[in-house]
Amino acid sequence: MAAVCAPRARGGRSLQLRLARNSILRLPLGDCASVVTSQRAGLGLSRGILIKSERSLTEMCVLLGEFVLVEGENADQPFVAKLLKLYEDGSQEKHAVVQWFSRITELPLNKRKLLQREVSPQEIFLDKAPGYDTDINVETIIKNVKVIPLAPEEAVPVRSNGKQIFFVKESWDGKCFKPLSPGLLSELKEAEKNKKVGSPSPLTDCQVFPSDFICSLKAETDRVTRSTVKTKNIQMEIESRHSASKSSLSKERHSQRVANGINTPGARKKLQLNSPSKSRNKLTGCDVLELLGDDCDALEPSATKRKVTFTKILGSPPKISRTSGESDSPLAIRGDWSKLAETVRIAPYRRGQDSSPKAKNLDGKDDDTWHLNGRNEEEETEERARKSRKTTKRAAASKSNSKSDTNLAEEQELMTRSPVVIPRSHRKCVQKTTALIAEQLHFLNISEQDREDDYLPSTDCSDSSSSEEEESMMPCTPKRKMRSSTTLSTPKSLRKPSDIISAKTPRKTNLLLGFEDFDFSLQPEPRTPKTPRNATPRIPIRNQATEKPANVLEEARLRLHVSTIPGSLPCREEEFQDIYNFVESKLIDGTGGCMYISGVPGTGKTVTVHEVIRCLQQAAENDELPSFQFIEINGMKLTDPHQAYVQILQLLTGQKVTATHAAELLAKLFSTPGPKRKTTVLIVDELDLLWTRKQDVMYNLFDWPTQKQAKLIILAIANTMDLPERIMMNRVASRLGLTRMSFQPYTYKQLQQIISSRLNHIKAFEEDAIQLVSRKVAALSGDARRCLDICRRSTEICEFSSQKSASGLVSMAHVMKAIDEMFSSPYINSIRNASLHEQMFLKAIIAEFRRSGLEEATVQQIYHQHVALCRIEGLQIPTVSEIMAICSRLGACRLLLVESNNKYLHVRVRLNISHDDVMYALKQE
Amino acid sequence: MENASHRYKEFYVKDFVISALMENCLGFNFSTRNDLHGNKCGGGGVMLWRGNLMEKLNQQEFSFLSYGRELKKPLHLLELLKRTTIHGESNSALIIGPRGSGKTMLLNHVLKELMEVKQVRENLLQVHLNGLLQTNDKIALKEITRQLQMENVVGDKVFGSFAENLAFLLEALKKGDRDSSCPVLFILDEFDLFVHHKNQTLLYNLFDISQSAQTPVTVIGITCRQDILELLEKRVKSRFSHRQIYLMNSFDFKQYLRIFKEQLYLPAEFVYKPFVQKWNKNVQSLSEDRTVQDVLQNHFHCSKDLRSLHMLLMLALSSITVSHPFMTGSDLLEASKLCRMDSKANIVHGLSVLEICLIIAMKHLNDVYEGEPFNFQMVYNEFQKFIQRKAHSMYNFEKPVVMKAFEHLLQLELIKPIEGLPVRAQREYLLMKLLLDNNQIMDALQVYPNCPTDVKQWATSSLSWL
Repeated sequence: MAAVCAPRARGGRSLQLRLARNSILRLPLGDCASVVTSQRAGLGLSRGILIKSERSLTEMCVLLGEFVLVEGENADQPFVAKLLKLYEDGSQEKHAVVQWFSRITELPLNKRKLLQREVSPQEIFLDKAPGYDTDINVETIIKNVKVIPLAPEEAVPVRSNGKQIFFVKESWDGKCFKPLSPGLLSELKEAEKNKKVGSPSPLTDCQVFPSDFICSLKAETDRVTRSTVKTKNIQMEIESRHSASKSSLSKERHSQRVANGINTPGARKKLQLNSPSKSRNKLTGCDVLELLGDDCDALEPSATKRKVTFTKILGSPPKISRTSGESDSPLAIRGDWSKLAETVRIAPYRRGQDSSPKAKNLDGKDDDTWHLNGRNEEEETEERARKSRKTTKRAAASKSNSKSDTNLAEEQELMTRSPVVIPRSHRKCVQKTTALIAEQLHFLNISEQDREDDYLPSTDCSDSSSSEEEESMMPCTPKRKMRSSTTLSTPKSLRKPSDIISAKTPRKTNLLLGFEDFDFSLQPEPRTPKTPRNATPRIPIRNQATEKPANVLEEARLRLHVSTIPGSLPCREEEFQDIYNFVESKLIDGTGGCMYISGVPGTGKTVTVHEVIRCLQQAAENDELPSFQFIEINGMKLTDPHQAYVQILQLLTGQKVTATHAAELLAKLFSTPGPKRKTTVLIVDELDLLWTRKQDVMYNLFDWPTQKQAKLIILAIANTMDLPERIMMNRVASRLGLTRMSFQPYTYKQLQQIISSRLNHIKAFEEDAIQLVSRKVAALSGDARRCLDICRRSTEICEFSSQKSASGLVSMAHVMKAIDEMFSSPYINSIRNASLHEQMFLKAIIAEFRRSGLEEATVQQIYHQHVALCRIEGLQIPTVSEIMAICSRLGACRLLLVESNNKYLHVRVRLNISHDDVMYALKQE
Repeated sequence: MENASHRYKEFYVKDFVISALMENCLGFNFSTRNDLHGNKCGGGGVMLWRGNLMEKLNQQEFSFLSYGRELKKPLHLLELLKRTTIHGESNSALIIGPRGSGKTMLLNHVLKELMEVKQVRENLLQVHLNGLLQTNDKIALKEITRQLQMENVVGDKVFGSFAENLAFLLEALKKGDRDSSCPVLFILDEFDLFVHHKNQTLLYNLFDISQSAQTPVTVIGITCRQDILELLEKRVKSRFSHRQIYLMNSFDFKQYLRIFKEQLYLPAEFVYKPFVQKWNKNVQSLSEDRTVQDVLQNHFHCSKDLRSLHMLLMLALSSITVSHPFMTGSDLLEASKLCRMDSKANIVHGLSVLEICLIIAMKHLNDVYEGEPFNFQMVYNEFQKFIQRKAHSMYNFEKPVVMKAFEHLLQLELIKPIEGLPVRAQREYLLMKLLLDNNQIMDALQVYPNCPTDVKQWATSSLSWL
C-alpha cells in the first residue's frame, strides 16, 4: 500500500498516483497535480493518469495518447512528450512509454538553421532521433499539455492566453526536418479531439482503508497518561516515523536512492518521498525558505514572486515572511493555522491515505477523499471534538518548538538534540496551553518512539486520528482565534504564525526546489534581474578593418603569436592520443570518469585538451561517436570556488541561480537518470583554485562522475603533479582516481619543431636563430609561450634594425638581444643609474653589515656609516631627511627591503640583492 | 603595498605645495596682469613669466629629447600600440623605473602621438586603472565595465555581483575576435598593487585574453618595483609576454645642467620680447655660476629625480618679485636649503629650554646604554643630576612639570614608545626611544636661540662638571 503525503500548505496541487491494485501513491509536489491512473485489472496496465490540482480544485485526466510535460534537467523547460503506454513492472515501479517531442532549444545549434525560418518558442518537433530513452518514470510527468498539430502550410498562431500550448508541424530525425505525414497528422488531430471529449476523471474506483491502519485511540491516550513530559522535537519524530513506515513503493524508491549513493539525513527523507525526483538531495536551508514563500502564496496570489527571492537569500531568518502573515490579521492567521494543522498531521497522512487535505476541508464534497476514510468515519466523528483540541495542542507544541530554531543552521542540530522551549507565562490561557503542549508533546514522543522501535499496527492510530484532527480543525474557529490572539499578545510564550511555518519547514522542505523553477515558466516575470535585462556582453566593433600583414616579418609575427591556434599540435601526439582514447572509451560506454592532467605552465595542456574535444566533436558529428555536451570552467576565472557550480549549471542548462542552489540542482541532475541526457565532458582548468577548506567543490566535482547515471567525464587540469596528494583530502583524491597524465616541459627539439611548424615555411628566421631560442628556453623553463614571445620580439628588433642587416632575416644577434631584454636582471643597471648618494647609501649598508656581521641594520646605523663615507669622499653630508628620502626611494625600487612603519631612524633595512651584485655594480664606474 | 601610504603622501605633499604656490602666484599674477595690461615694461610682465614658467614646470610638458633618453623606448612602445590598434595584435608590456623617471609621461607622450593617427583614434578603447584606486578586483572590474561602457552600465553605476561582472566581462571579451572588434588598451598604473589582489584573478584574465584569440587587448603595466616579475604567480607570469621597458635617469651632470637651463628658458614667442632675452641671458649666466653649479651638483648627487629639480626651481622662482625680477644664485641656495631641510631638527628649534634639557638627558642615556630604550624616570634622574651639579635654582622644575614637557616631546614624535609592550604600564615607566640622532641634536643646539651656556656644555659632555 503506497501512501506518501504531505499536504501542500499553499493549497498547491498534491500529486496522487493511483495505479492498479488499489495502491495509492500520493505525491505532494511543488506545483504538480495529483495523478491517478485509472486502473485496469490484470498486468498493471493503465489507461491514464488523473492529475488533480488542489489549488484550483480541478482534476485533469491524462489518457493514453495525450501530451504531457515531463521533468527535464532544466526545470524552466520541461520536456514535451506524448503518452503512449502506462504499465507497472514487477517491482511496482510505474512506467510510461512516451513519444518525445523536442523544443527548438533542445535541438543542436548547428542544425537549427536547417529550418530556415523563425521558430516560435511554442513550436515543437516530433522527435524521431534515436538514442533517447522513451521509457520514463510516471512520477516525472508534470501535467498534461495541449499540443495542436498543424498542417505544413498552416502558420503557428501567436499565443494570446497564458496557457501553454504547443504546436507541432514537423518531425526531426536527428538529421533533418520533415513535415508530419498526413496519417500521423490526422492521428494527432484525432487525439486532440478525443481529449476534449474525455476529460472528466474516471475516478470511480476508490480504495478503502485497510482496517489495521486505524488503531484505537485508547492505546494512545493510555500512553499519554503514562508518560512524563519529555520534550522531543516533533518534527524529528514525525520525520523518522515517516521514513520508518514507508509503503512498499516509497521503500523501493528509497532503496533505489540509496543505491544511487544519495545519502540523505533522516530528517529529509520524507521530502524526497514527497516530490518524485526533483527534490532529492536538497538542503534544508532552501527548503525552509521555500516554505516561507509557500506560506505567502497561500495568503496572497502575488506572493509567488516573493518566494523566489527568498530562495535566493539563504539563511535569512524565517521572520521575513511574517509581514504578510500578520497583515491579513484574522484571516491570515487562520490560514496559517490551518496550514499548521496540516503540517501537524503529516505523519498520519502518509498512512492515512489519500485525502487531499485542504480540498477536503474546504469543500467537503470531494467524494473520493472522503470515502477513503470511510471505515473509520464513525470513529472520526466521535473523536472529532477531542481531536480538534489535540491538534491545536500539537500546533502549539510545534510552535514552541519552532521558537528554538530560528536559524537554519541551528535547525538541523536542534532537531537531533530536540529541545523544546516550554514557554513561561503567567497568563492563564497561556499556562493552559503550555500544559496542553506538554501533554501533546509527550503523546507524540511516546508514539514516536514506539513506531521507531517496531511496526506495531497500533501506532498507526495516531496517523489516522491526526488526519482526522486536521479535518476537525476547521470548524473550531473560536478556539483557534483565542489562541492566535495569545500568540500575538505574548510573544514569549508562543511563536508567531510565520515562525511555526518556518519550524515545520524542514519536513515539507524541498517540495518546491525543482518545481519552483517550473513555476517560472508559468509566471510572466521570473525574477528581479540584477543586471539590466538582456545586456549582451560585447565589445564595440571596430570602425576600420584590420590591416593584413605587409611583409614576411609581420606575417611571421602573426603566426608566432600565442593566440594563433595551429592546425596541428606537434610534439603532443602521445598525450593527445591518450586523452582522446580515454574520453572516447567513456563516451562509447556511456559512463563517466575523471582524468587529471598536470604540467608546468606553457606546456600545452589546455590546447591539447581543446584539440581532443574538437576532434571528438568532429567524430560525433560524423556519427562515429555518441554526441556529447562540452563545457569548460577555469578556476582562475571564478571569483569564488563555489561559483563553479553556477557556471557549470549555466553552461549546462542556461539557468542563473545562486551557488548553493546550483550545487543542489547539479547534484540532482547528475544523480537522476535523465531521459534525454547526453554525456557531458567537463574541463576544469586551474583545478587548484577550486580548493576550499572543506574541499566540497572538488569533492562534488569528482563524486558526480562516480554515479551511474551521471554520464560525466571530467578532465581536470592543474600545474602540479602531486596536487591530489598535496592538497586534497583522501576522499577527494580517491574519487579523482588514478588516471593521470603529466605534460613534460618541452625539450629544445620540440620547441624548434613548434616554431618551424608555426612558421610553416615562411623564411623569416635563420635556422641558428631558432635553435638558439629553443635551447635557451628549454634550459630555462620549457615554456612554449616564452619561446614564441622571444621570437616575436626578435622579429620586431630585426625590423627596426633591418636597414643595417643584409639578409633581412632574424639572426642570432637579434635573438640574443631579445633574450637579454627579457631576462636580464634590472638591478645592476638601476644601481648604476642611481644618484651618487643613493650609491653611497648602498655602500654604507654593506659597510654596516660588515661591521655588525648581521644582514640587517637600522637607518641610524647606516646613516653613521654614510656620514663617514661622505667625509672620506669630501662630499656634502646629507641631512637625515634626505637620507630617509634616499632610503625610501631605494625601497620603492626594491633594491632594499625597508620595514614599513614610522619608526623613523630605527627602521630596519635589508638588501634585496646580493652583496656581490652591489659591489660589482658600484665598482664598474 | 606597504609603500602605498608613503607614495601617496609623497605625491600629495608635493602636489599640494606646488599647487598652493601656483595658486598664490597666479592669483597675484592675474591681478597684476589686469592692472598693467597696457604696460609692457611693468612688473606684471615679471609676474606673468614667472607664472608661465611655473606652469611649465608643473605640467611637465618637456620635449622628450630634453631628457637625453634614447629614442628607442618611446618608439618601441609606439609600435606596440600601433600594432594593437591597426593589426589587432594582442600584447602586454611593463614599464619599470624608479619614481620620477618619466614612466607615465612616456606613456602619455606615446598615447598623444598615437591619437594623432586617425585610424587609431577611431578604433582604440582605453581603460585606465590605478592600483591605489582599484584596491581589489571587484572595484577594478566595475571600473573596467564602466569605462568600456558595456551594456550592464546604467549611468555611472555598474550592476551585478562580482561574479556576474567577471563573467560578463570575460564573455564580452571572448566574443570579440582579432578582425572585427575594437582593440582595448588597459593601462594599469601602480601595477605592483594589482599583484596583491586575491589569486591575481584580474591579471590572469587580462594576460590570458592577450594570449588567446579573443578581443585584441594590450595590457600596459606601470610600476617602480624592479622585482615585479617575481611577484607574478607562475601561471600569470607565463601568460605575460615579458616585454619590459626599463626607464632610468641615466643622464650625467652636464645633461642635468642642460635640463636646468631648458626648464628656465622662456619661449621666444613670449609677449615681452626684451624681457625674454634678458631673462634667458640671465639663466645662461646662472648656469655658469660657480655657486649655482654647486647647489645643482649637490642636488644632483642626492637625487636624479627631475621632480625634485622642479621643486627646487619652483621655490627659487617664487622669490621673484617686481623689485627682484631676475633669479640669482642666492635664490637657488635659499631654495636648496629649504629643500634639504631636516624636518625633525627643525622641530627642536622651537622647544623650550626644559624640553631641550630633557632631550640632552636622553642623548646621554643613549650614549651610556648604547641605544637601549629608556623611561621617564631615567630621564628625570639624569636631569636631576644636571640640576644638582649646575643650575640649582634656575631649572628646578617640579616633577609633574617635567612630565608635561616629556609628554609634549612624545606628541611631537621626537620620542616614541617601544612597540609590543603593554601600553597600560605607568606613564613614568613606559619604555621610549629617541628619534633623533646625536648629530641632529648638536646641530639643532648650534642654532638654538639664547641657549644657556651650561646647557650647551652639558650637551657636549655629560661629564662637563668634572
